[in-house]
Amino acid sequence: MTDMHQDTDRQGTDDGAADAIDSGTAEAFLSHDESLRHAPGPYFGSYGGRWMPESLIAALDELQDTFEKAKADPEFTAQVADLNKNYAGRPSLLTEAQRFAEHCGGVRVFLKREDLNHTGSHKINNVLGQALIAKRMGKTRVIAETGAGQHGVASATAAALLGLECVVYMGAEDTRRQALNVARMQLLGATVVPVTTGSQTLKDAINDALRDWVANVETTHYLLGTAAGAHPFPSMVRYFHEVIGEETREQILEQTGKLPDAVCACVGGGSNAIGMFHGFLDDRDVALYGFEAGGDGVETGRHAATITLGRPGVLHGARSYLMQDQDGQTMESHSISAGLDYPGVGPEHAYLADIGRAMYEPITDAEAMDAFTVLCRTEGIIPAIETAHALAGAMKVGRRLAADLAPGEQAADRVIVVNLSGRGDKDVATAAGYFDLLPDESAEQEIAEEGEQL
Amino acid sequence: MTSTLQSSGPGATGSRAAAAIEKARGEGRAALIGYLPAGFPDVQTTIDAGIAMARNGMDLIEVGIPYSDPVMDGRVIQEATVEALSNGFTVSQIFAVVEGITRSTDAAVLVMTYWNPVMRMGVREFAERLAAAGGAGLITPDLIPDEASEWLEVSEELGLDRVFLVAPSTSPERMRSTVEASRGFVYAVSVMGVTGARSSVGAAAEAVVAAAHEAGAERVCVGLGVSTSAQVRQIGAYADGVIVGTALVAALRDGGVEAVADLSRELSSGTAQDPVGGHP
Repeated sequence: MTDMHQDTDRQGTDDGAADAIDSGTAEAFLSHDESLRHAPGPYFGSYGGRWMPESLIAALDELQDTFEKAKADPEFTAQVADLNKNYAGRPSLLTEAQRFAEHCGGVRVFLKREDLNHTGSHKINNVLGQALIAKRMGKTRVIAETGAGQHGVASATAAALLGLECVVYMGAEDTRRQALNVARMQLLGATVVPVTTGSQTLKDAINDALRDWVANVETTHYLLGTAAGAHPFPSMVRYFHEVIGEETREQILEQTGKLPDAVCACVGGGSNAIGMFHGFLDDRDVALYGFEAGGDGVETGRHAATITLGRPGVLHGARSYLMQDQDGQTMESHSISAGLDYPGVGPEHAYLADIGRAMYEPITDAEAMDAFTVLCRTEGIIPAIETAHALAGAMKVGRRLAADLAPGEQAADRVIVVNLSGRGDKDVATAAGYFDLLPDESAEQEIAEEGEQL
Repeated sequence: MTSTLQSSGPGATGSRAAAAIEKARGEGRAALIGYLPAGFPDVQTTIDAGIAMARNGMDLIEVGIPYSDPVMDGRVIQEATVEALSNGFTVSQIFAVVEGITRSTDAAVLVMTYWNPVMRMGVREFAERLAAAGGAGLITPDLIPDEASEWLEVSEELGLDRVFLVAPSTSPERMRSTVEASRGFVYAVSVMGVTGARSSVGAAAEAVVAAAHEAGAERVCVGLGVSTSAQVRQIGAYADGVIVGTALVAALRDGGVEAVADLSRELSSGTAQDPVGGHP
């Protein structure tokens, strides 16, 4: 197993993994005609695989087999398409953001409106697909992990719709800070289990979900919320999110008559990004940007910029970039955005970073919150704080594009698409606390003060 | 059963784990294997407890590397490893633990570890240091042979044991490939679940052991859920070894090294002088 990052501990001011990539590798890759689309796993370059207890391998095999057959079954694909259209509300809109674009160097900016889906984010694409897969396997129970509660709420929603029992694992601290999301899941009929083990964060919620799965695998499907984990999860979760990129490609061609110059998405585990990127992977002239959570700044150590500063390791079933210490112990990540606050990243992103097909850069909390405000005030759209990282990245990319125009070119000739992965209603208390909009001693003020991962 | 395979086959050459199990078999009993996480509550205590286990009837000692994300472990072991880590345990200390136990006893010492700490150090460096410390090999709960090419190569070269897990859910094909990839013994998971004491070890365990023997395994040891000498006796009747973990960790937590010695003695009464124990 070759380690691409022997120069470990790349702390400090490293601008991004793209810089660390041998440029020869990237050029060699770009000159090839091989398609990057529909990569089936289990491996993406040297990433991915199944670093899992043997007890779960049979379940992963069953899942893979069921998924492969389902993909080839017109009845299944019709079911997914029907739920996407008549339940989730797809296709989601592609909205040109003209006033926001003024903050992006004057290039044209289009927003893929995953925030308009049922439950308010891209998460619904994956949970509907996996819940259908669970039914096909004859499972009666789904379990899920959640950080802030978005994937938990989406899972509870899909479970309610399809008549499945649903148990959601959530860090004990998060259950307190996200009491409303806990209530949402409960209203939808799910059981929420506070996780008090380890660091009591999202990664520990995944650990407890895996422990549940080992013990109950006969009746239970683990509805993993991101494009990470053991094979077939990364390629399966991507499959259910590919609809984002497919719709976007068609919509941008229709609205601008050409492909975009750049596509931007935020990356925690990386599910919305991989779904969006997939539509453009083989369009080599379209630059792909993933924006990671830079937290307080990557130089502070308090961040979740896994690709930027992590190094390859195995966690939760996949080999990928990982925030880990000298001993291989997983480090705690930090971000104002709970949805990006994860010390790992999906293996396909690790591969796309190494071959130079996608670029990954950190965005600090402050940059994200600035972009959050800008979008609210220029477009009348309150984005999820996760999404605000993609917006902040788009502002940078737009300015770079505008500064690098060929003679005779206008900034408005350049086009950026941003995946607006979720709406910000869930983040109002965090944002109000951050911008000091709450009256002292209000209940919301108390919540906002309790922690960064509101 | 597979008595023709029960002598030391080609896979057993130089295997310390195999030698320890065969020695027990020669005494007409199943081998007893005890687990403790290293550094709980500190390195010296682990060494002392390991020596105490070896002097009180344990044939093999399994020391675990505390890890931030132990998905196969239940509450008791999780809490112990969290404490070990917060007490400052570092991965390199595992070699001092192994050396400390092997210097004072004849017991074979295996390291139980999740894979990322090994990968972080580098498989070869880890293996070389383990061998230098006198370790017998590794038990790898989240590494399947499919992902283990580097470890297969290095362990073969250094003569270290590779203990992979098999479970009630393991398919016949995977059973064959896992048995083939293992060296020393095969770890049969008794139940679908994580570590932790259980009042009874299910019938699934016997079926897993039978399937592993059927697939050609010369030595199959059962772990997960075993906490009493009665269970040791029951499992020792069909398995080549019995692995106890959580009960020993709880004993150490509640009563220190002395309690570990007492429990080891107690548990070994489940194998000693048992006329039906082990394979003929």
